[in-house]
Amino acid sequence: MNTSTSARSMRPLFEGHEWTFDLLKKAYDAIEEVGVGEMGLNLSPNTIEVITAEQMLDAYASIGMPRMYRHWSFGKHFARDEAQYRKGGRALAFELVINSDPCINYIMEENSMTMQTLVLAHAAMGHNHFFKNNYLFREWTRPDAILDYLDFAKSYVARCEEQHGAEAVEFVLDAAHALMAQGVSRHPGSKTARSFERERERELERRVYEEQSFNDLWRTVPKGARGSDPETRGAPPAPIVTADADDAIGLPEENILYFLEKHAPKLDSWQRELLRIVRMLANYFYPQRQTKLMNEGCATWCHYRIMNRLYEKGALTEGSMLEFLHSHSSVVTQPSWNDRRFSGINPYALGFAMMRDIERMTLDPSDEDRAWFPEIAGSGDVMGVLKSVWADYRDDSFVMQFLSPKVIRDFRLFEVRDKAEKPVVDVRSIHNEQGYRNIRRALANHYAVSAQDPDLQIVEADLTGSRRLQIVHRVRHGVLLDKLGCERVLLHVARLWGYRVKLVEIDGVSGKTLREHDSLPIP
Amino acid sequence: MQIVDRRLNPKAKSLGNRQRFMRRAKAEIRAAAREALKKRRIDQVDGGERISISTKSLREPSFGLNGDTGTRDIVIPGNQDFTVGDTIARPPAGGGSGSKGSPDGSGEDDFIFTLTREEFLDLFFEDLKLPNLVKVQLKSLKAAKLARAGFAKEGSPSKLNAARTMRNSLGRRMAMQRPSLARIQALEAELAAAEAEMQPNTARIALLSEQLRRLQHLRKSVAFVDPIDLRYNRHERRPRPTTQAVMFCLMDVSASMTEPLKELAKRFFMLLNVFLKRHYQEVDIVFIRHTTEAQEVDEAAFFEATSTGGTVISTALEEMRRVIAGRYPPSEWNIYAAQASDGHNVSDDMAICVEILQKQLLPVCQHYAYIEVREPGSSLVPNSVVWRAYSSLEKATSNFAARHASEAGEIYPVFRELFAAEKSTA
Repeated sequence: MNTSTSARSMRPLFEGHEWTFDLLKKAYDAIEEVGVGEMGLNLSPNTIEVITAEQMLDAYASIGMPRMYRHWSFGKHFARDEAQYRKGGRALAFELVINSDPCINYIMEENSMTMQTLVLAHAAMGHNHFFKNNYLFREWTRPDAILDYLDFAKSYVARCEEQHGAEAVEFVLDAAHALMAQGVSRHPGSKTARSFERERERELERRVYEEQSFNDLWRTVPKGARGSDPETRGAPPAPIVTADADDAIGLPEENILYFLEKHAPKLDSWQRELLRIVRMLANYFYPQRQTKLMNEGCATWCHYRIMNRLYEKGALTEGSMLEFLHSHSSVVTQPSWNDRRFSGINPYALGFAMMRDIERMTLDPSDEDRAWFPEIAGSGDVMGVLKSVWADYRDDSFVMQFLSPKVIRDFRLFEVRDKAEKPVVDVRSIHNEQGYRNIRRALANHYAVSAQDPDLQIVEADLTGSRRLQIVHRVRHGVLLDKLGCERVLLHVARLWGYRVKLVEIDGVSGKTLREHDSLPIP
Repeated sequence: MQIVDRRLNPKAKSLGNRQRFMRRAKAEIRAAAREALKKRRIDQVDGGERISISTKSLREPSFGLNGDTGTRDIVIPGNQDFTVGDTIARPPAGGGSGSKGSPDGSGEDDFIFTLTREEFLDLFFEDLKLPNLVKVQLKSLKAAKLARAGFAKEGSPSKLNAARTMRNSLGRRMAMQRPSLARIQALEAELAAAEAEMQPNTARIALLSEQLRRLQHLRKSVAFVDPIDLRYNRHERRPRPTTQAVMFCLMDVSASMTEPLKELAKRFFMLLNVFLKRHYQEVDIVFIRHTTEAQEVDEAAFFEATSTGGTVISTALEEMRRVIAGRYPPSEWNIYAAQASDGHNVSDDMAICVEILQKQLLPVCQHYAYIEVREPGSSLVPNSVVWRAYSSLEKATSNFAARHASEAGEIYPVFRELFAAEKSTA
C-alpha cells in the first residue's frame, strides 16, 4: 500500500459476527470516506437493500432486475436455481448490484458483518464507480431511467396479456428472447439514442395517434399502396416496402430484432412493441457482456484496497481481516486447466491481478515494464492511471493494452490451437518472449464480443414475391452454428416474419456456401 | 446513501412466473407427477414432490456456435511443462472457452424441480369428481364465510384501515385550515426577527403575535387524527350453499389380507381420502373395518392398526346401514361408499351381502365402488367369490362399479376410472 501508514488509531467499527442497520450505516460511512475521500471514486448515490435468499433467487431469475415482466422462462430459472440451492449444489452471491441511478445494491441477510463490509466496498464503491464512468455504460445505458422503463415494460406486457391472451404474448416474447443476442446495433451510428422515458411517451403518442386517426376505410385499401418510410412512427400497420428497396429498409442489417420490429409484414403494433422492449433490454445488458473482466477487476481491486485501508486505520479487527482475506482469496483463485475445478479463466482473478499489476507498474516498475508500458511505468499516480483505464477500455482493448508479461508468467498462460479435425490440440505459444504478444492477442480476441458472437446479417428480404427473408452467417475459421439451436431459432424468426426464412452459412474468406437452413412458419 | 430492509416484502414475487412455467410444461409435469406417485410410500401420498421432467417444451434456443467445428485459438492458464509445438489430448468441455460446449446441448437434460403439495395434488386430481352429486341441500348457516364488505366507522383496532383513516384526516385538516408546523415555525422566526430589530415596530409585532396565537390555537383545536376520521375494515358473514356428502370407506383387515394387499388397499383409501378432503370441505368420511365383525374407527386406526381373523363382509355392510340410519338420513345426504377386499369371504355370506346391497344400500347410495386387491400376477386366476357375485351386481345396477388391482402402479388408473368426471352417469 502506498498510503501513509497512519497508526491504527480508529476504534474498530464492529466486533463479532452479527450485523445491524446501525453498523451498516457506520461501515458505509467509513468505506465512503476511503473510497470517495481518499481514492476519489465518482459514484452515483447508493441505495442498499437487505434481502433474503428467496429474494436473491427471485433477482437471479429475472436477470438481476428488480422489476421484470412475467415470462415462463424466469419461472424455470427460479425453479432450477432453487432446486440447486436447496440441494446445496450452489451458493448464492453475497450481493447483486444494479446499474441504475440511484445505484441499487442488494445484500444478503445471511452475510456476516465483515462480509457486508466487503460487499459494500465491492459493489457500492467498485461496481458503482465502474458503471458511472466506463464509456460503454455511459454510451449505452441510462441508469436514471431503467427502473421506470422496466415498470413500463412490466405493465405493458401485463396489459398485452389481458388484451391478447397470455399465450399470444408468450409466443412473441419466446421468439424475442431467442434473438436477444441479435438485438443490438453494434455501430453507434445506426443507434438512435433515445432515453427510456422517451420510449414510454413515444408508445403513448403512438397509441393516441392510432386511436385518433383510426378509420375503418383503411382496412379496405390494398396495403401495398401506402407509402412507407421505416422511421415514420405514426402509421400502425407495417410499412410494406416495394421491391429493390433494400436501401430504404436498411439492408444488410445485423440487428435482427430491430429489422423484424420495423419490417415484419404480419405483426401487430403491440407485437412490435414487445420486440422493442426485449431489444431495449438487450441494449442495456450489452456493456455488461463486454466488461465482465474489467468490472469485476475494478470492484475486486477497490474492495481489496478499501478493506486494507480500513484495517490500517484500525477500523477492522484482526478477526474480521482474516475472514475477509479468506473470502477474498477464494474469490480470486484461478485453478489450472487440469484442475478439477477449472472452468475457464476466472474474471475476478485475472481482473484483480491486472489491476494490481498496473498499480505495481506505476509505483515500482521493472525494466521490462518500462519497455512495455513506457506511458504508465513509474508515473506514481495509481488512482489516475486506474481511473482512466476504467473509463476508457472494455475487456478486449484492456487485455490488448495492459496484459503484461508478468501477469502472463504468473498465470502461466499458454495458447493452443484447436482444430476440429485433429484429435489433439497444438501448443502455439507459451509465456516467453515470442509468446507474450500472441497470447495477448488471442486472449483479447476471446473477450471481444464481436469475435465470439456469430456474425449474422439479414441480407435479403423479398417483399413482393415469395417474401422470403435471407440471413447470412459469415463463418470465421470454419466455426459453424450449432445446428439444433439454429433451427429452433429460425423457427421463431419464421413465425415473426410470417414467411419462409433461409439462413446460409458462408465461409468468410472464400465466400463458399457451407450449409443452409430453411424454416417455414407453422400456420 | 439509503438503507432499505426488503426482507419483509411480499413473498413469492415470482409466483406469476412459476404459474406460466407450470402451464408451459403441464403435460410433462403431469406425467412425471403421476409416475412419482407409484414410487411413494403410503404415508407420503399426501405431500409435495421433487420431480424430473424433460425440457422439451422449455427450450430457450439461441444462435450458438458449434464447438466441434472449425479452428479456434484458446488461452489457458496453468502451463506446467508445455513448450511450443507440444500436443495435448483435447481437453474436455471446451477447454477454457466458457460456455462454448453446450449452448443448447444442456436442453436435452432432465430438469429437476420441486412441486408444492398443492400443485402436486392439483395435477393429481385434475378432472376427477364424485359422481352423481345430485341432492343439493342448503346446510344451515354453519358454513358461513367471512367476506370483505366496505368500511365501518366502528371496529376493533386490529381492523383499522390506515389508508382510509389518513385520507379522511388529511381532508379534514385541509378543510379546517390546520396550519402546518413549518408555517408556525416560519411565523415564529419572523416574529423573533421583528423583535430583534433595533427599533421594534410594535404594530407589526402585535400583528404577528396575534397571528401566531391564532394559528397555534387553530393547530391545537384541530386534531391531527380525530375520532371521526377513523375507518375500519368491515367483514360480513355470508352463508355458503354446500352439498352434504358422506363417504364410507370399508376395508377387510382379516388374516387373508397379507401386508402387501393391505398396502394396496390403504393406498387406494389414502388417495380417496386426500381427494375428498381436497375437493369437498364438507364431506364426512366414515371408516369401517371388518374381520368377522365390523367396527367404525377413526382415520388413524383405519390406516394404521392391524388385526386378524376370518372374513364376514356382510357385517361391514350391516354396520354401514346402521350408521346411515343413525346419522345420515338419505333424504339429506349424498352417500358414497368404497369397499376394498382381497375377494375372500365366507361362502354363504355372499348371498347376504348382495341382498343387503341391493335392497338397502344401493338404493340410497349415489355411488358404490368396489376395489379388489390381488396378489401380483394373479390376474389370470379364476375370479374370487366376491368378484363373481359383485360383477353380476355391477351389470344389474348403474351406481355400482367393481375394479381390481394387483400392484401399486395400478391403483391410480383404477382410481381415475372410478372417479373420472365425465363418467358420471345421472
